[in-house]
Amino acid sequence: MAKAKVNTLEFDRDACNNCGMCITVCPHGVFAEDGRAVRLADPDACMECGACALNCSQEAIRVDSGVGCANAMIMAALTGRKEVTCGCDSCC
Amino acid sequence: MKEEDNAGCSCHGQKSATPDNACGPAPASNRNEIKTATSVLTFQDKLTHVLARLGIRRGGWRVEPGLYRLGDAGEESPVLVTANYKLSFDALRSALSGMDAFILVLDTFGINVWCAAGKGTFGTDELVSRIESSRLADVVTTRRMLVPQLGTTGVAAHEVKARSGFKVDYGPVRAEDIPEFLRAGKATPEMRRIRFDLRDRVVLIPVEANQALPIAAGVSLAAYIADGTIASAGIAGAAIAGLVGVPVLLPWLPADEYSAKGFILGGIVALATAGTALLSDDGSSLTLRLMRAASYVLAIPPLTAFIALNFTGATPYPSPSGVRKEIFRYVPVMAGMTVTGIIVNVAQKIARMRKG
Ligand code: SF4
Ligand code: SF4
Repeated sequence: MAKAKVNTLEFDRDACNNCGMCITVCPHGVFAEDGRAVRLADPDACMECGACALNCSQEAIRVDSGVGCANAMIMAALTGRKEVTCGCDSCC
Repeated sequence: MKEEDNAGCSCHGQKSATPDNACGPAPASNRNEIKTATSVLTFQDKLTHVLARLGIRRGGWRVEPGLYRLGDAGEESPVLVTANYKLSFDALRSALSGMDAFILVLDTFGINVWCAAGKGTFGTDELVSRIESSRLADVVTTRRMLVPQLGTTGVAAHEVKARSGFKVDYGPVRAEDIPEFLRAGKATPEMRRIRFDLRDRVVLIPVEANQALPIAAGVSLAAYIADGTIASAGIAGAAIAGLVGVPVLLPWLPADEYSAKGFILGGIVALATAGTALLSDDGSSLTLRLMRAASYVLAIPPLTAFIALNFTGATPYPSPSGVRKEIFRYVPVMAGMTVTGIIVNVAQKIARMRKG
């Protein structure tokens, strides 16, 4: 099981069927082709958006993606409340 | 369209804006009708974009969900999916200028693709049910659709295929790359990357400023009353450094974390403020002037750093885990510096009063 250092991304190469979907959906080039299965080429660039895990039909990827909105996290950390949503219409 | 159909419509007086039915739900009888869209943005469209960018009623810029026909689209034309946020929809239709295509607008409650996908409203369920309610399968013979790259956090392509029969292709991050994508049939790696270049960063400034400026103005005013012009100008400078300096200079500020980038710029503003205070001869002793200068060096940078930290919320780079760590590392430092700075400032003020 390959893992990233600064985030929660985990990849199980044995489960991968090499469909390439994760390479397609990742906006930060984290995955790359590598023979019979993909590999984590740049795991630390992962922003934990969760797209790869959601689109992997083999469930070979795990990542803790939360609500995917950093504003929500800042609010949660500062107010001590749970990260639910940013609650703002205006975010992003 | 009858007037009462407009009840609850968030875009008053915009009925002439394309698409024609953008305001309010269509009458029930023709709810599944294909609506018409053009790729030409009117002056009114552009005006609403400016307002939306300024953060004015951003949640209110909705387009009616459903299927839209662009140009002379027929049964073999491509189908593109987007959110019912006006800026998303308009970016897509104007990028498709001169092309025949269908646009399937999902109901994301007026939120853009990226945020809505994160929240799950731009997602597999909504896409599948919108394909059914718009009877898309009767309209086109192709069984493919283009979903924007930024929608991938909400849509699972293999599930959509299993449930609706439509194969999802993920398009480029930017609408402007779509014509090239459709021509080539695939996206270059470049098109798939989030670039977040200067233009992307600059358009975020007004929205952030909208939230932060009233607070910064209040703090600056308080500093003016409590300490005078120099402190007030320093605070204002720190706020501007955070709101404008950080987004513009982002890639060139030599630090990884946004808070650290903010500390760098805020530090420059603070040193300038402290230098001014030190050099302005107000008749007090050097010690007192040094104390005042020190209070600026302590209390001013955290403001810029905090604004910079907040900016992470609007950027596509930091991972939640990284931001969480950053918050726990930097927020105590910011708070500590601000409080110490205020104490030092109050102390020198008391000393001055004793003397005076
Ligand atoms: S999406 Fe899953 S199965 Fe497909 S290449 Fe990536 S990890 Fe392998
Ligand atoms: S979570 Fe997002 S950024 Fe991270 S590897 Fe997956 S697709 Fe890429």
